[in-house]
Amino acid sequence: MGKTLAEKVWDEHVVRSVPGEPDLLYIDLHLIHEVTSPQAFEGLRLSGRTVRRPDLTLATEDHNVPTLDQDKPIADPVSRTQIETMRRNAEEFGVRLHPLGDIEQGIVHVVGPQLGLTQPGMTIVCGDSHTSTHGAFGAIAFGIGTSEVEHVLATQTLMQAKPKTMAVTINGSLPDGVTAKDLVLTLITHTGTGGGQGYIVEYRGQAIEELSMEGRMTVCNMSIEWGAKAGLIAPDQKTFDYIEGRPEAPKGADWDAALAYWQTLVTDEDATYDEEIVLDASTMTPFVTWGTNPGQGVPLGASVPSPDDFEESQDRIAAEKALQYMALEAGTPMREIKVDTVFVGSCTNGRIEDLRLAADIIKGRRVDKDTRLLVVPGSVRVRLQAEQEGLDVIFKEAGAEWRGAGCSMCLGMNPDTLAPGERSASTSNRNFEGRQGKGGRTHLVSVPVAAATAVRGTLSSPADLEPIGADH
Amino acid sequence: MEAFTSHTGVGVPLRRSNVDTDQIIPAVYLKRVSRTGFEDGLFSAWRNDPTFVLNRPEYAAGSVLVAGPDFGTGSSREHAVWALMDYGFRVVISSRFGDIFRGNSGKAGLLAAKVDEKLVQRLWDYLDDNPGGLVTVDLESRTVRAGAGVDAIEDSFDIDDYTRWRLLEGLDDVGITLSHADDIAAFETRRPSFKPQTIHAG
Repeated sequence: MGKTLAEKVWDEHVVRSVPGEPDLLYIDLHLIHEVTSPQAFEGLRLSGRTVRRPDLTLATEDHNVPTLDQDKPIADPVSRTQIETMRRNAEEFGVRLHPLGDIEQGIVHVVGPQLGLTQPGMTIVCGDSHTSTHGAFGAIAFGIGTSEVEHVLATQTLMQAKPKTMAVTINGSLPDGVTAKDLVLTLITHTGTGGGQGYIVEYRGQAIEELSMEGRMTVCNMSIEWGAKAGLIAPDQKTFDYIEGRPEAPKGADWDAALAYWQTLVTDEDATYDEEIVLDASTMTPFVTWGTNPGQGVPLGASVPSPDDFEESQDRIAAEKALQYMALEAGTPMREIKVDTVFVGSCTNGRIEDLRLAADIIKGRRVDKDTRLLVVPGSVRVRLQAEQEGLDVIFKEAGAEWRGAGCSMCLGMNPDTLAPGERSASTSNRNFEGRQGKGGRTHLVSVPVAAATAVRGTLSSPADLEPIGADH
Repeated sequence: MEAFTSHTGVGVPLRRSNVDTDQIIPAVYLKRVSRTGFEDGLFSAWRNDPTFVLNRPEYAAGSVLVAGPDFGTGSSREHAVWALMDYGFRVVISSRFGDIFRGNSGKAGLLAAKVDEKLVQRLWDYLDDNPGGLVTVDLESRTVRAGAGVDAIEDSFDIDDYTRWRLLEGLDDVGITLSHADDIAAFETRRPSFKPQTIHAG
């Protein structure tokens, strides 16, 4: 019987397989950042161990860095210590680090693909749950905890039970103005936050094939938000074109050998999945969240649901708690919800294509006078590219803030946070209570919805905007 | 890692589903570089509420958390496990766990016991009727017990064999894997040369 894509990649990396034990899986690339690695390096030090393969390891600084005044010392002493610890560990253990101020610095999941390090058929891990992003290239990529970070540092392997496989088939084409983000938010509301638990998911079908690499990364990025171990997409010509010529892409004969291998990375005709979900892209619309987990979403054109709309008692209780936290009344049209801050950025939507899309909508318009728009490129390279294209000028002229690269407002760890009670429309990945700052209220949205919301001050899509040139 | 065989302690009913790791410990507590001392961050937003279960004196010695489905979803932060353990928890009982959280628990020595949703409900009801009541979790026999007499609760929980064995023995994963160093080295000789490297000779 044939194999699924995930099974092919998995089987290629099994170092040791014994019945009754998890497989020992070889890791091709270990990405590191400052927040989940210090205790792992300390563990190595305490046990007198070294990093087995520094040449398969890459570190950057992203979660805990400010996006303003990046050339100045970090003001918060606890944050500064964490960054200094990252630098000391990288130096001591011989790990390549792209620190703040380096041209390759940025969000770890933007940096890997950008350097060409993320390639089809690889196993990639990082102490960050959004590592699933790299699955867009046909890699098995997943987040790990700090004990596992230490394990990979010391052994370049992980003990992992082989997950089940699931196909998510998205037929049809996305309508104009509906993005990869809307697609994945629709999917998560369909499955719930636990629907993917225990599975490596393969996204396939016409709508997935039609996505750009950036869009595919957005979809795979949010695999963890419905509980999947990892999400991946079979590589195709778009994938190969994206990689070719990047600094760490294979060259010459290596390129030919790599390409020949990559072209085998498709699910065999006669392979079977343990589970399958089928959705139709052509009926999808801009999609936003109303609650406090990514599975609590509705179309932008709908209203805030009532707890009574849910059949399961757990869902009703969760909805009640979410509405209370979000200070929302059931029945309120989503489009009437007023937003204080709009955040465009993160490993979900902080790549150049996202910034182009936002700029295209913002151009010639003004950010609403009561709304703040924060635009944060995912990496220094993305920032420089955007500035070369003049996108920064478009944002600044509209009244937005243009920042340095980092995770920024996605996670309420660095200085970019919401104040208690402040409401955001955010292109990031989590609307958990307090995620963007204690007491902050988050609506997850796509880039076009974020940009239109910044202009109107209430949750909106570009279709709601007055034509440019109309009287304001 | 400390070995785990059986634990009896005060059960704490956490009547919430989808308790993500941002709720267990917000990111602002993740700036530290230490591996201990995270108890102050545990459920920090909810602990401001005087009616929150952990603020009630009868649960002060709580060590067995009984939570709704999808506990530990979201971020990979192992700090969530450390915060629970630093606070005094040895066991979390739920009908569904986030995958990464469950993995992290097994590595750090916290027992994540997966049970039928009906058992969670029975334990919640028992603990509400008997605040400060004890729950026993026996890893050897994979059973959860609470109460006595005709209303006594006893049911099994799920944990994979390998994690159970490691917890019972208190074993260090890295040590186990390094005993297979020859297998790893042999695998490395077979890796294709086109695979990327982050550091280049010369």
